[in-house]
Amino acid sequence: MISMIWDEEFETMPREALESLQAYRLRKTAERVYATVPFYKESFDRAKFHPSQIKSVDDLRRLPFTHKEDLRDNYPFGLFTLPLHEVVRIHASSGTTGKPTVVGYTRRDIETWSTLMARTLSCAGVQKGDVVQNAYGYGLFTGGLGFHYGSERLGATVIPISGGNTKRQIMLMEDFGSTVLTCTPSYALTIAEAMDEMQVTKDRLKLRIGIFGAEPWSQNMRLQVENKLGIDAVDIYGLSEVIGPGVSVECIEAKNGLHIFEDHFIPEVIDPVTGDTLPYGEEGELVFTTVTKEAFPVIRYRTRDITRLNQEPCRCGRTHLRMERITGRTDDMLIIRGINLFPSQIESLLMNINGLEPHYQIVVKREGTLDTMEVRIEVNESVFSDEIKNLEALEKKIENECKESLGVAAQIKLVEPKTLQRFEGKAQRVIDERKI
Amino acid sequence: MKVEQISIFMENKAGRLAQITRVLGDAGVNILALSLADTADFGILRILVNENDSALSALKDCGFTVGKNEVLAVDVPDRPGGLAEFLEVLNVNEINIEYMYAYRKGAHAILIFRFDDLDKAIDTLSGTEFKVLTADELYSL
Repeated sequence: MISMIWDEEFETMPREALESLQAYRLRKTAERVYATVPFYKESFDRAKFHPSQIKSVDDLRRLPFTHKEDLRDNYPFGLFTLPLHEVVRIHASSGTTGKPTVVGYTRRDIETWSTLMARTLSCAGVQKGDVVQNAYGYGLFTGGLGFHYGSERLGATVIPISGGNTKRQIMLMEDFGSTVLTCTPSYALTIAEAMDEMQVTKDRLKLRIGIFGAEPWSQNMRLQVENKLGIDAVDIYGLSEVIGPGVSVECIEAKNGLHIFEDHFIPEVIDPVTGDTLPYGEEGELVFTTVTKEAFPVIRYRTRDITRLNQEPCRCGRTHLRMERITGRTDDMLIIRGINLFPSQIESLLMNINGLEPHYQIVVKREGTLDTMEVRIEVNESVFSDEIKNLEALEKKIENECKESLGVAAQIKLVEPKTLQRFEGKAQRVIDERKI
Repeated sequence: MKVEQISIFMENKAGRLAQITRVLGDAGVNILALSLADTADFGILRILVNENDSALSALKDCGFTVGKNEVLAVDVPDRPGGLAEFLEVLNVNEINIEYMYAYRKGAHAILIFRFDDLDKAIDTLSGTEFKVLTADELYSL
């Protein structure tokens, strides 16, 4: 499978030229926010930093960080560089606590975003002539409209079905001959499962590519979705604070790390505790600085996503750095008896056990002063047995794996199929019942 | 000589057994024998029924995890010491029982066995007074 490079000039730019472009754009952005956004002026001044000091892209690490709390403190429009009448679109991320974080786009920002999404789709192997079933949610969430504009820019046929109504998704997928499915990976699995129930086999569909993101997933989950739907499944990454989807995506050639569109977004990986920038290849918190956005640029925005950066050249020809699939977030990190743990670690452990499917739930409780973790997992036919001892051995095996590879004691609870919640958007795998 | 058994995964939840038997009843399936093995969290219901295919598809349609496997049905003399004699034969021949259940029909005491080695059990029992029943024989008793 070969993808077409949408913006050959920028996507294959030699490193040196790319870095001087980044430095130029970074300085412009820093000047812009310093002059127009009081929050940035104050934070730069506090750090005794002036935009005129930016000579190269390495000067970035002297700038102060921006946190999600800063966005909330400046709710709703306090970090916009322009008055609202220059802003043509508002998006907001679902705030699980308190107020949402609000972002704005000028007409040119929408142009930039559409082009980046066309790049993204192209990188994932989508072409003019493809039928894109866009099952990301439309609305304040950036997923739906981001893919929508990108598909139109690319010249593909977009079906703005949004998330949910799984049976109708499958019906239209078959009737309209959808070739590309875009949604969260957990929803892709929900669709695959519903296909089984409706007895729609994958050969009745024309699907060939899935672009899945908005939540962490594992390589084994990729293989399952690919197998069940008969597609190439590609990982995409983005967040509304940076632009939405269209920050980075895997190329269909390698499916090994997500190319970050570095001519627009400068990535760093930092130690989340010290704030120090880490060398390529080390795992840490991903930080982004946008260098082309007008209405809502961000400077060193702390994503709380954990990954590492890879500068190895990719066989697709793109020169942009790749980030590894997100392995967790600094804030969905569970701390169980002092051990840091991401739900994705448990997922990949479960997926390494033959026959298990990624339908699981993690329940954290506090009994007395001790934290306990229960992992509920659905029993399917491939792991089921008529003998108690075999199922107990399966439980024991998962327990041992948790103990050995994660250092956490977990109680495994086998549950009946389809009793755990299914997701149409981001999966909520963890129930934390601790009252701390 | 082997008889097909259906097993069903169930969580230990109130009313679960009633739901399963209702599904089977509505599918017109009659249960000949059953046993329930359980742990603190889950159980495995094992059943012999008159209509395996209808039972399997009805249970799957209702979302249950089901499996099928083979067991042996043995007609053991219904008198004091009958079972003991039978088990001694197994013991002498080193045949291990994974689990068993039993019921009585007329003058017949029927034992359903899951052995670690079904074929060895069949060989051992052939020519003894303990008759291994075929599915047809079992259902026509």
